[in-house]
Amino acid sequence: MSVSKKNDMRTPYAKISHLGAAHGGTTEHIRQRVTALAIAPLAIFFLVSIVALAGTDYETAHRYLAHPLVSILLLALIGASIMHMRIGMQIVIEDYVHTDRLKQVTLIANTFFSYAVGLACVFAALKIGFGS
Amino acid sequence: MAAPRQVERPLSPHLQIYRFTITMAMSIIHRITGMGLYFGTALLAWWLIATASGPEAYATFQSVAGSWIGLLVLFGFTWALIHHLLSGIRHFFWDEILAFDLKTADLISWAAAIGGIVLTVAVWVAAYALRGML
Repeated sequence: MSVSKKNDMRTPYAKISHLGAAHGGTTEHIRQRVTALAIAPLAIFFLVSIVALAGTDYETAHRYLAHPLVSILLLALIGASIMHMRIGMQIVIEDYVHTDRLKQVTLIANTFFSYAVGLACVFAALKIGFGS
Repeated sequence: MAAPRQVERPLSPHLQIYRFTITMAMSIIHRITGMGLYFGTALLAWWLIATASGPEAYATFQSVAGSWIGLLVLFGFTWALIHHLLSGIRHFFWDEILAFDLKTADLISWAAAIGGIVLTVAVWVAAYALRGML
């Protein structure tokens, strides 16, 4: 691309003309709301769970988390939360980080962190669910 | 062609010029609690991994979680979750163009702010009251 060539005679409009829209402008906006809708009741389930499990011994906590219904709800909560938090942090980064390199690095770090935590949670929840 | 010169442009009024409103405070608290929950998911991962690993790992997690700093962090996490949840519910109304007049918008914002604190305390009172019943 000749965007930054010194003797570029093209107008700014000509440079972007016909490049087209990304066609994904509302995807994450809607996804953020749909995941929020899913998380709302799952968060209540999570809060009730931690109230019940606070200070319990290992066997009780393990037995509770190994129940299929709890496993399924937990996995749903993890999945929706990871999507929701990745989009949320991306919006924050795009709002406040304006230097190209730092923006790239933080956006990639956001994706890595989100998927790493999600993978760790999913694996642990499955291991508990299937029984160690 | 000469390199474009950096022009000193006037800045738009910044935060300190605006009157405090609850909706503006709730907006930034929503972001802050969101970011807190973001990093807090690492604690959730630790808790699940510890439970999946066995009694020793679980005991290590519990001793850290039960220390005063652990309890403080968990209290903050609980508040962030409940606050973000209640604050987020407002956005569902606003997305549907409901509760958009200033009075109602202020009212539900105060309700979310106060409700977040009250419910957090209630959750912790319940957690201590029900300790060991499961």
